[in-house]
Amino acid sequence: METLERILAEHLFFADLDQDFMSLLVGCASNVRFQAGAYIFKAEEAANTFYLIREGQVALEIFPPQHKPIIVETLGVGEILGWSWLLPPFVWKFHAHAVKEVRAIALDGKCLRGKCEENHDLGYEVLKRFARIMEQRLEATRLQLLDVYAVPR
Amino acid sequence: MATPATNDPMTPQPYCVRQVVKETHDTFTLALEPGNGSHVNPFQPGQFSMLWVFGVGELPISISGDPAKDDRLIYTVRSVGQATNTLVSQRAGNSVGVRGPFGAGWPMDAAKGKDVIVVAGGIGLAPLRPVIYQVLANRKDYGRLVILYGARSPKEMLYGKELAAWARQRDTQVLVTVDYGGLSWRGHVGVVTTLFKYARLQPARSIAVTCGPEIMMRFVTRELETQGLTPDNIYLSMERNMKCAVGFCGHCQYGPHFICKDGPVFRYDQIRPLLDKYEL
Amino acid sequence: MGGRSQAILEADRLGSLIEVLAHRGFDVIGPTLRDGAIVYDHIESVQELPAGWTDEQEPGNYRLKRREDQALFGYAVGPQSWKKYLHPAEVKLWSAERQDGAFRILNNENKPKRPYAFIGVRACELAAIAVQDRVLLQDKYRDPIYAGRRAGAFIIAVQCTQAAKTCFCVSMGTGPRAQDVFDLVLTELVETGAHRFVVEARSERGAEVLAELETSPATEQDLHAAEAAMEGARQQVRNIDTNGIKELLYQNFEHPRWDNVAARCLTCANCTMVCPTCFCTTVDDVSDVTGDHAERWRHWDSCFTLNFSYIHGGSVRTSGKARYRQWMTHKLASWIDQFGSSGCVGCGRCITWCPVGIDITEEVHAIREGESHGNS
Repeated sequence: METLERILAEHLFFADLDQDFMSLLVGCASNVRFQAGAYIFKAEEAANTFYLIREGQVALEIFPPQHKPIIVETLGVGEILGWSWLLPPFVWKFHAHAVKEVRAIALDGKCLRGKCEENHDLGYEVLKRFARIMEQRLEATRLQLLDVYAVPR
Repeated sequence: MATPATNDPMTPQPYCVRQVVKETHDTFTLALEPGNGSHVNPFQPGQFSMLWVFGVGELPISISGDPAKDDRLIYTVRSVGQATNTLVSQRAGNSVGVRGPFGAGWPMDAAKGKDVIVVAGGIGLAPLRPVIYQVLANRKDYGRLVILYGARSPKEMLYGKELAAWARQRDTQVLVTVDYGGLSWRGHVGVVTTLFKYARLQPARSIAVTCGPEIMMRFVTRELETQGLTPDNIYLSMERNMKCAVGFCGHCQYGPHFICKDGPVFRYDQIRPLLDKYEL
Repeated sequence: MGGRSQAILEADRLGSLIEVLAHRGFDVIGPTLRDGAIVYDHIESVQELPAGWTDEQEPGNYRLKRREDQALFGYAVGPQSWKKYLHPAEVKLWSAERQDGAFRILNNENKPKRPYAFIGVRACELAAIAVQDRVLLQDKYRDPIYAGRRAGAFIIAVQCTQAAKTCFCVSMGTGPRAQDVFDLVLTELVETGAHRFVVEARSERGAEVLAELETSPATEQDLHAAEAAMEGARQQVRNIDTNGIKELLYQNFEHPRWDNVAARCLTCANCTMVCPTCFCTTVDDVSDVTGDHAERWRHWDSCFTLNFSYIHGGSVRTSGKARYRQWMTHKLASWIDQFGSSGCVGCGRCITWCPVGIDITEEVHAIREGESHGNS
């Protein structure tokens, strides 16, 4: 547990978090490992966990009908994987595919949801941090959409 | 009385096409040799030539080869219109007119002793390749080399084999990403700025050089600042309409700067206020 | 002014000046009347000068009017400037021929057969020539076409004795006295029964030519009369306050006045064509039907055209607002950073020849006014 706490505390995402909140989070954390090629979660499944990637690479995928999966983004070391656990309907929107072997810290989102409802201060701290991640992903996605390398018509 | 032209910056010299290599479906690399067997004019990384296609037109193309090799000039050209299409369709043995080299190049001297971060987008890797060649050939003059490259898709990546070779060099990190991965790409997917989190940077002792579409350079320079680089250690290569390349036609003006003479490479702090101006 | 000898040349002897120059191998260019305007063209005799004509100029308006006297240089400036000859509108840069995939460039003989002698160069025009010298001869590269035409050019300046309503050379520091470099300068004195020129040589060549003319020494009276005449040109209705103008325009990129002028500007490019310092050009590559003979031509171009700023994906300056702003900011501000002086010499041609009468002096004034109200 102590090692996990240190790892979490060092991560930017958890910076400036109150010690009590930190202990709460650590209480929901565990080490996990996924083999290369494994699916960490699939779209439509219930979303109850999020992950802090410590090693490896995860591809977010979507399956168009009758086609092979399309990768919309890849996430790597130090990134947070998954926010659908935070907001209703608590269901994953994409597949998360371990491209290489992935070692991560899994945080129990369901448990954390409950704690956030009980303690709104904790809830606010968690939402603030996830809002920043969403903003970064949204900006990156918009830039991807611009298709800047295409030949203009 | 018509006499063969002497070497002056307004008159093209006939160069001979030695080789045309297909890089992607619309991008080709040409190797040109001087017509009379002489040496090419020495060039600085970041400089460009005006390439003339007989009777069609003239194009500003960055020199993409090794500055240490003085027997030929290398250009990577994307076919986007009539002139570029004619240029990339040249066969070995044909003549192409060359004027130049022109412009202010990448800050190879200012970069000495520093880590060099190369951030390229799309065909922007072509004007940056001479930087990579020069750093790798003069390893002790420079610190670490970090190459971040974003392409539209795996099929539109340039210099794949060279990228792999560069990645194997000592003190060199190469990271590549695409906007669209397609069906078999297993590497990074996302805009080039998403690569920064994997890059091993020492911002305080780094200099960054970036080239690509203007929008891409804007978000890259923002990210470089977030990473801790100061604006006077970030350089970009700008582009505008160019007709003469010698500061007379007036077309390439960007604020008070002539891109053909004062650029195309600019230090970020000098043009930062201009980048935000719409229709400048 | 000390040490220079001034002489009197009778007006009816001015023709001899033209003859002497022609005899010395010069192609004499001077003002002449054509199509309702005073333009510059090859002249062979003094009869071709616009004797007794003056110009009345207003924004978007130019009319020739009869004078009460027969002054030969009694006007301000016409639509053309000497760049017509020094930086010609159309010139072939070179031609090339192709055989089996290889080509040869054949250099074109660009130099005119005879050097030019310009008669009637105003102070603002001398300043404009100096401005173009700086751009085309004294920067990183040298334009051989301009150099070839400029090198041998013999310049006869003419002191202005009246200003048009559109002139503002005083505020631009370029006149009304002829400064800069020239060979001879004439000041016209027209009185009842006496029509003469005070002539002064300002170069060795000028002195040599002057020596070939029948002149008499200028008296104190003559010199006083010349000074008095020149004072007339100092009365100017328009001006640009050039204090801090570079910063003013750089900092007011978003000033609402640009929208105001954009609503009027037709982007017709007249101003750039009549402006004596505008130097922008474009190149045209052409080939014949066989495809084996090619030529490259250079033409005047204007930042007002849509194509001027075209890069793949479209033009950078698509709106008329952006293009007017570019022209004015370049002329009055960026030029200072680029070449060390203003690009404007206060000749007023852009005001006169704008079909909708846009007045550059008024635009500067409006931006200054707007700035003091906190617009930025």
